[in-house]
Amino acid sequence: MSTRYGLDRAFTVLVTAAALIGIVVLALLLFDVIRDGSTMLSTRFLTSFPSQIFPANGGIYPALVGSVWLLGLTALISVPLGLGAAVYLQEYAEDTRLNRVIEVNISNLAGVPSIIYGLLGLGIFVQLLAPVTGGGSVLTGALTLSLLILPIIIVATREALRAIPASIREGGYALGATRWEVIRSHLLPMALPGALTGIILALSRAIGEAAPILVVGVSLYQTYVTRSPFDGYMALPTQIYDWISRPQQVFQDSAAAGIVVAMGVLLLANSLAIWLRNRYQKHSR
Amino acid sequence: MTIEAGGTRSGDDAWRRNSRAREVRERVIKLLLSACAYLSILTTFGIVAVLFEETVRFFLDVSIVEFLTSTRWAPPQGDFGILPLVYGTLVATAIATAVALPVGLLTAIYLSEYAAASLRRWLKPVLEILAGVPTVVYGYFALTFITPFFRESIFPGIESFNAVAAGLIMGVMIIPTVASVSEDAVYAVPRSLREGAYALGATRRETAMKIVVPAALSGIVAAVILGVSRAIGETMIVTIAMGSQANWLGSPLEGMQAMTAYIVQVVGGETPRESITFKSIFAVGSALFLITLVLNLVSYWFVRRFREIY
Repeated sequence: MSTRYGLDRAFTVLVTAAALIGIVVLALLLFDVIRDGSTMLSTRFLTSFPSQIFPANGGIYPALVGSVWLLGLTALISVPLGLGAAVYLQEYAEDTRLNRVIEVNISNLAGVPSIIYGLLGLGIFVQLLAPVTGGGSVLTGALTLSLLILPIIIVATREALRAIPASIREGGYALGATRWEVIRSHLLPMALPGALTGIILALSRAIGEAAPILVVGVSLYQTYVTRSPFDGYMALPTQIYDWISRPQQVFQDSAAAGIVVAMGVLLLANSLAIWLRNRYQKHSR
Repeated sequence: MTIEAGGTRSGDDAWRRNSRAREVRERVIKLLLSACAYLSILTTFGIVAVLFEETVRFFLDVSIVEFLTSTRWAPPQGDFGILPLVYGTLVATAIATAVALPVGLLTAIYLSEYAAASLRRWLKPVLEILAGVPTVVYGYFALTFITPFFRESIFPGIESFNAVAAGLIMGVMIIPTVASVSEDAVYAVPRSLREGAYALGATRRETAMKIVVPAALSGIVAAVILGVSRAIGETMIVTIAMGSQANWLGSPLEGMQAMTAYIVQVVGGETPRESITFKSIFAVGSALFLITLVLNLVSYWFVRRFREIY
């Protein structure tokens, strides 16, 4: 009898410890990069170009600008497409074979490794559509990342739409509204907070990705700042990767400082998503 | 049609025109929205087409038998046996799974069976943040923190690039995937089963491990398969912390190259587009795509199965 209760208590400790491992690792990781990066972190770091000759004076300015471009273009491309696909699948699509195929297909696309999207982007946007995209431009990077995060946006938006009671739709139809009028005036506004949470998480994943943009030709060094969608670009994660792959201590410190900046952006985006969701959940109850 | 009787003739026409315009608009909008959904099919076709075309060109130069069975991978010498890369990927994935399976499952049990609602509200976002950490950051952490830590403590002979640190951190990366998918499965187990166990005098541990986990098993299996598939496709951690030297049957304390890391190595170098080496990344990509596709389909099948039961 007592061993059973002893085991029970030990198990409680074990599951609690397991749940806390994530927090411990996250705290260790943040502590490690802040300690390593503190020597490089300054406002100059944010506003300077990286430097091979005077690496201690280098910064992440062009990578920061490039990541903002990537974020903006990816949002412009993926959000309308994702919302459109989700609305179609949730509100219009009947249970046909084709639509079931689309559904399985989207859940599969969510599991395709990001580097495969890079190879897709290389074949389609860099080579086949070079006259339109300008080859390895920031537009190509954004198109590639958009395809990567579309499944996440679609799934999140569909869940938000599914949570809206049927009575809202029926009320709209009863007043003579068409399907699209009901969607535009009621369903989209009601689904937006939930969809937005998914969109923010998806976009923050997109700007954290290094592998696919490495394949579609992100610059690891350039002497100008991206000014148009057809320009070359640098990006935060690939800049960090480039610094990590250099053995000198000053580059390792630069990498750590770059990580602090990237994690800062990411934590901000995540907090926003979580805040939005909590607000939304309170409202819907 | 009752409106027609009461309305004037011109007003009636206005209503009809309006209605036709609305109908056309509805149809155009439906078409546009369906195009967005069909884009996903196009994406899959694009992936298959790009991989297939370049892979076929690769196999015009390299025999498919050599590619699948040779244990030498040295592109500069023209040796294209994929097994050493597969080995690197599998070693890292096995270590990652050994970490994420127990930790993820126990976390799921804690979240679903033990945690108070207020604590859940804190823990789940932390898991989400853990899932959203860019993989270059994990790579940096493995290379500059975990490996030196191992060298000074339990593995003095560990190489700077090694599979243990990379696999371990990859395990941390997939904990959120394993935990959140298993939690859905554990949470879906009907309350009556737990109450039945308690009524028979079972402790919480006995209820969780002997009743709830077996009942949720197919969902948990799906979660683990999904985690494994993530680990196999993960790129930056293995590129940064495990090295770029193919190593057939090497020790986990040594550096080795994963399939994904090879692709990054080639696109990061000055390899000409038309060379065999450049084409080989598509062949490796095809292998990667097929492996993860099979795992994802199996996982999807398991999830559907457990949904059908309850």
